[in-house]
Order: sequence, then structure tokens, then C-alpha cells
Amino acid sequence: MGMTITEKILAAHAGLEEVKTGELINAKVDIALGNDITGPVAIKEFQKMGVKKVFDPDKVVMIPDHFSPAKDIKSAEQCKNLRDFARSQELTHYYEVGQMGIEHCLLPELGIVAPGDLVIGADSHTVTYGALGAFATGVGSTDLAAAMATGEVWLRVPETIKVNLAGKPSNPWVVGKDVILALIGKIGVDGALYQSLEFGGEGLDYLNMDSRFTIANMAVEAGAKNGIMPVDEKTRAYVEGRVKKPYQVYASDSDAVYSNEVEINLTTLKPQVAFPHLPSNTRSIDEVGMVPIDQVVIGSCTNGRMEDMRIAAQILKGKKVHPYLRLIVIPGTQGIYQQCIREGIVDIIIEAGGVFSTPTCGPCLGGYMGILAKGEKALATTNRNFVGRMGHPESEIYLSNPAVAAASAIKGRITAPEEIIGN
Amino acid sequence: MSKYIGRVWRVGNDIDTDLIIAARHLNDASPENLRKNCLQDVIPDFSKKIAKGDIIVAGKNFGCGSSREHAPLAIKHCGISCVVAHSFARIFYRNAINIGLPIITAGNVIEAFQDGDRIEVDVNQGFIRHLDKGQEYQTETFPPFIQEIIAAGNLANYVQWRMKANG
Repeated sequence: MGMTITEKILAAHAGLEEVKTGELINAKVDIALGNDITGPVAIKEFQKMGVKKVFDPDKVVMIPDHFSPAKDIKSAEQCKNLRDFARSQELTHYYEVGQMGIEHCLLPELGIVAPGDLVIGADSHTVTYGALGAFATGVGSTDLAAAMATGEVWLRVPETIKVNLAGKPSNPWVVGKDVILALIGKIGVDGALYQSLEFGGEGLDYLNMDSRFTIANMAVEAGAKNGIMPVDEKTRAYVEGRVKKPYQVYASDSDAVYSNEVEINLTTLKPQVAFPHLPSNTRSIDEVGMVPIDQVVIGSCTNGRMEDMRIAAQILKGKKVHPYLRLIVIPGTQGIYQQCIREGIVDIIIEAGGVFSTPTCGPCLGGYMGILAKGEKALATTNRNFVGRMGHPESEIYLSNPAVAAASAIKGRITAPEEIIGN
Repeated sequence: MSKYIGRVWRVGNDIDTDLIIAARHLNDASPENLRKNCLQDVIPDFSKKIAKGDIIVAGKNFGCGSSREHAPLAIKHCGISCVVAHSFARIFYRNAINIGLPIITAGNVIEAFQDGDRIEVDVNQGFIRHLDKGQEYQTETFPPFIQEIIAAGNLANYVQWRMKANG
């Protein structure tokens, strides 16, 4: 019987010929990741385990990105805790303010994750690296601590749902965000609970790496353990020159077994908007109606990459942000920031009346850099529109792609990009 | 110990980790900070209202969203003895086991319970009893490997024990 790409990576890391769904395995990790919120809790647990040194200083990665540059004294203490640990353990991959970026934008950019890797991260959006053909999943701080100590993690081999992306997008503004929002709208926020989402099909050919990262990133919003994609020419071109270590490419067998199959038709797909308070509460852009908004945020580990910045700038160029609205744009890394400077994107955003920030998770999780007041509505390219996620429990969050977000910033209400730029 | 008796606090589906402990409180992982802000946006003053040993009975996908271990920790620090849910989001499920917060996946059994009911839960046996109605329910038990972590108290103890055993 054939195996899926997920099963093959798990088997290889558990030292097994094959694995079966439901089986519990101990697997070796290639990367164990923490941040300034989950890292300090993991460090405390690690110390409780009575271990002096991490299993491999090249494979334990710590990124201060959530409340960093430190937003207050308590956050500064958490960042310091992370920094002190990284220095004392001589971690190769610790990135200080100035080099750091949003972890899930930064790790692929620096080539820290390779196809075929097994990655665990104490951050739910660790699933992002599935776009590289890696098995990547979110865990808690204690799991991270155990992996830092032993180099291993216990995992249940998940069933896999196959997601067939059919056809070529006909709407010019459709990107990865619309694909994943449509999927979550279809299967629900627990539609892939405990399972793997494996993306494939012709449609993948039309999605660039930035769009693919967005899709894998939000697999967790359907409850999935991981979201994974095959390695193709686009993947190879992306990792070329970034990944310095040897790696192995895995692919699903033609007779691999899937628990379910779902199709998303890209040809008929329109930009999607998720209404409060769940990412599954989706509507096509032409079904949104009149929704005035107070703030637009373009950024995050979901949509803070170069493609997202370019799309936002394309729409905002020569336009002005609505006077009753705040626009906050946050590139995912310093590398993306610099590229935005080179391409004139920063000027376009600022001339439009928007804020262009240093990389941080900031407002996405209601940390800082754009918190919502009671009753305010935001449209964000982020990943979660839960109650109180970006501020006051009585504020509201709508989720969309960067084109819809940028167009809406100009109009002051949720708007199709066509209302700003004709086809 | 795997048996817990307490009053039910009934919550709905998709109670996410932002509702359990909002990110604005994550700049401080102290038990006191987590305790007082636990489920604050769902049941105001939750930590003051509950009695030690009370049990949360939740709908589907409890603990969805972020990986923050602060969520099960906040519930534990409040004095909640056990969480019963129709289903759990996977990271929350792992985290609860790893930090030693007893949980049980109960499916439709949760429909029998309302706020204030008295419930008895045996996590190891997968056994739930409605003490007011006298009804009993059997649910699935944990696989042996997870029972070992539960028996050790938490994953940190388990890893310490295993590393010693392996020399």
C-alpha cells in the first residue's frame, strides 16, 4: 500500500520503513522553533527537565517577533529571557531586532527549513513550511522543551485529506489567501481536525511560493495538523541558493490512501472575505454588502511577503487612504522591507497615507501596533478573526487578501479591487 | 488520581485560545496573571466565580487557534480539575496532557450537561457520570503511551524519567 508525503516524512524521521495512520511514533526533529511568548515557557520547562544543553544548537531556533521590538517592560523581560538562553546555548539561529522578522516569513527566506524536514514549532502557524514539502506542525511550549532536550517529538500519524486545486484562476486578484479561505469556508474550522491537508492538482502550478506559504499557513485554521504540498520547479527555484544543507524530496505514491478528497475550483473562485468571528465564516467579495471599516492591516505570517506588498502597492499607487481609516502595512522580514524600499513600495504606502512598520506580529494577535477600540471594525490580511483577537472584545475583524484590503483602505469599506483598478 | 467530581461550567463550540487567555495577557506567564484572566471574555470574573475542582464541559473544537500553552495552564491555575469536550483542537489536546490538565473527549455525551450540574469524570477509565440524573456514560480511553505521560504527571517529568532510564 502506498504512502502519502506526510507518512513518508514521518516514517523516515522515526527510523521506520512505513507508518500507518493512527500509529504513535517518536520522530527526530530537524528544527524546533520558539518565539518570545512560547520560548520563555519552554525554557522554564527545559530547565525543569534537568538538561544542561539543547540537543543541537543548529536545530533549535528562537525568534523574538510577537511583542518585539519589546512593547512593554514585561515583553522586554520575555525577550531578554529568550536572548540570554540563545546566547548561553550558543544557538546558531537566534535573530535579534534588526535581523529578525516574523518567524514563518524569516525561516524559509533564510533557508533554515528544507523540503523533507520535520519541523515542530511552539507556534500554531509553524504549518507554513508545508509549502516547501516539509512536515511542519505547531506544538506547545512543553513539547518544544522536550524536543530541545531529546531531539524528538511524539506524534500520531494523521489521516490525510487530499485537496485538489482545479483549474486556473480567472479573477486577476485571486491569490493563495482566497484558496485557503474558500477551503476553510467549505470544511469548517474543525474540518481537518487531527488530519493532514495535502494540496495538489493543476491549480498549484498557478500559485507562486508566497501564495503557497499563505495556504499552508492557514491549514491550522481548519484544525489540521499540517498542510503540505509537493515539491516542484517553483519550490526548487525558491530553495536554490537559500538551503545550504542536503535534503531529501518526498512525494505521495499514486496509491496512497486518503480519508477524504475536497476540490477547490480556482477558475470560478473570487476573492474571499471571512466575517467575524471565525475564519470559516466566508463570503465571496460580491456578497459582502456595505461594511464600513476603521482600520486595515496588511502583513503577518499569512500575508506579509513580497507578493503581498507588491499587490498592496499596485492598488495604492497614486491613491489616498480614506480619511476615516488607518492603514498599517507590516513587511514580514527586513529582507522584504529592503526590497520594498528598492521597489518604491514604501513611498507608495506613505504617500497614500499609510503606516509602514518594522517587522512584527504586533496587531495580528492584539499585541500592539494597531489595537482596536470597542466597536471598531478592521479588515486584515491576517489569519484569525476570533472575538477580541486584535483588541477590545467588542471589536470586529474581517479577513481578506491584500488586494481587497488595499482597495478597502481607499474606499473606507470592504471593496472589490475592481472598484479601484479596472480589469 | 484520575477521578474528578465537580460542578459543570458549560461553554459552546470553538472556544479558541484567545478566549481562554487573550494575547494581551501573554506578556506575563505567571500563574496569578493567567488565573485571573482565564475565560474572561466568555464568562466575566470566571476565576472568582468558580469553586476549586469545578469542571468545564465544552462543545466542539475546544482550544482552537494558537499554540499557547498559557491556555491550559490558565484553566489549571484557576482550579478547574478537568475539561470535558465534544472534541479538542489538537495543539490544546497535546498541551493539556503535557502540562497535566486532565481532559476527556466525550462526543455527544456533553449534551446531557448544563451549567451547575454535578459531574464525575474518570479520565483513565473514560467514564463520565451525571450525579444529579444518575446517568453513566463510557467514552474512549487514552492509548497506553499517553497514559504513561499522564501517570508521570506531565511531559517534563516523563522526559526526565526517560532520559535517566536511557542513561
